[in-house]
Amino acid sequence: MVKFLPLKQAVAENLNNGDSVAFEGFTHLIPTAAAHEAIRQGFRDLTLIRMTPDLIYDQMIGMGMAKKIIFSYVGNPGVGLLRRARDAIENGFPRSIEIEEHSHAGMANAYEAGAAGLPCAVFRGYRGAGLATVNPNIKSVTCPFTGEVLAAVPSIRPDVTFIHAQKADRKGNVLVEGIVGIQKEAVLAASRAVVTVEEVVDTFDDLHPNLTVLPRWTIAAISVVPGGSHPSYAHGYYARDNAAYLEWDEIAADRDKFQEWMQANVIEKSADDFAARVEHLRKAA
Amino acid sequence: MSDNPDFTPNEMMTIAASRALRNDDVCFVGIGAPSAACNVARLTHAPDITLIYESGTIGTAPDVLPLSIGDGELCETAVTTVAVPEMFRYWLQGGRISIGFLGAAQLDKFGNINTTVIGDYFHPKTRLPGGGGAPEIATSSKEIYITMAQTRRGMVEKIDFFTSFGHGEGGDHRKRLGIDTAGPTLLITDLAIWKPDPVTKEFTVVSLHPGVTRQQVQETCGWMVKFAEALDETPAPSELELTTLRDLQARTKAAHEGSGKAKAA
Repeated sequence: MVKFLPLKQAVAENLNNGDSVAFEGFTHLIPTAAAHEAIRQGFRDLTLIRMTPDLIYDQMIGMGMAKKIIFSYVGNPGVGLLRRARDAIENGFPRSIEIEEHSHAGMANAYEAGAAGLPCAVFRGYRGAGLATVNPNIKSVTCPFTGEVLAAVPSIRPDVTFIHAQKADRKGNVLVEGIVGIQKEAVLAASRAVVTVEEVVDTFDDLHPNLTVLPRWTIAAISVVPGGSHPSYAHGYYARDNAAYLEWDEIAADRDKFQEWMQANVIEKSADDFAARVEHLRKAA
Repeated sequence: MSDNPDFTPNEMMTIAASRALRNDDVCFVGIGAPSAACNVARLTHAPDITLIYESGTIGTAPDVLPLSIGDGELCETAVTTVAVPEMFRYWLQGGRISIGFLGAAQLDKFGNINTTVIGDYFHPKTRLPGGGGAPEIATSSKEIYITMAQTRRGMVEKIDFFTSFGHGEGGDHRKRLGIDTAGPTLLITDLAIWKPDPVTKEFTVVSLHPGVTRQQVQETCGWMVKFAEALDETPAPSELELTTLRDLQARTKAAHEGSGKAKAA
């Protein structure tokens, strides 16, 4: 049953060295605060799963926490490349990492299969695509009814998934809205899920009946971290800090500059620092 | 490039690309150049076009160009927003997309695209972001439009990696792989409009932008360029098209650079 915990404790209780872990968020609701807490606690040998590993994966890879990444787009959205991830893939710095690369369709289907308790996902994909020749986890199956050859990939079932969401009620049910991305599937595919939220409200009684709500018994721990998605955004709370994404390109370009930034902005900070970072991005209510 | 100082080659590219879109198209929009073209189309001749970004926003109408495929405004202005698995399963794989509009880091003459690596996949010289949604957009959309500025580095005889499949080795290669969609049917660069040869599927220049010469097209392309016998000249941007594009870009620049800091000031 879900527990409300300080983020430090929620991360410590649910993440272990060597885990496969998804910090999901499809541009929206990226769980930055949770990733930064994982960085402060110094986990090693993680298999990092994410459709769109962006800044927080660049940061974890740059800090040497990842032994493998499973992804479908390793870029800074709209800006360009991820320079710490590149350094690891191209130069093995600060350590070499294994990569397993898919398409978005492949990852999305694999998460959905994980949530559905299936061993693999089947879809029409990867036709003529080079990934099928370099990723041994991309295989094919023949439809027993039509004979059509379809792509198959193993389902994604992380040891633990972290997401950020708008709000929880007092019982611990969680609401996700806006670009819902892969949040629900990533939670339901995982053995354990930790959710950071902007706020806790008394009840969800006044919500529209079809909104994306994750019942409290699907979640291990909830931590209240206002601003916990920055520089990503929380629909209805604060806007995306596009300038920060542009600035990251310069910070990550240099190994020393990266370390200095991480020291000052992650290692020496805490989850409580996030609220102030989004103050200027909050929308007039 | 152009003798006409009133517009740049990049503006011509975006506007020529926007003209290719129809009011009843359902367009899966790639970020960057395609996104600008699609929104210019929406703001000029195709007000009812359905623009879809892979974050799950269907029928979106942003006031500024999104920096990422998942900016909040895409959701706020969309007809509906669906989860990512639904986006790829029901809407793309389900055959609902008429045009997939892609950009490219590397492109060959058969419309095959590389956005994955420069050099060997396992020992890359440069690791690029990769395909994202492109591998399946390229095969599940009814047609593919491609837009990119011409350079010899970008338009190459042989791409380093098949991120998304165009016409492969040309001819009926798509059919042989069981792909029943049309694939790349249009390439719009900063210099010209290209269409695939009906039989070989090799991209052929069918229209030069105003003031552009055949030589300029060849000098900025890594393969031997074929030109159609009846070569058109692309109509210059109209005042409405140019104003629409420039206003859109000015709003976008202000919004992205300022971030929230400017709003708070």
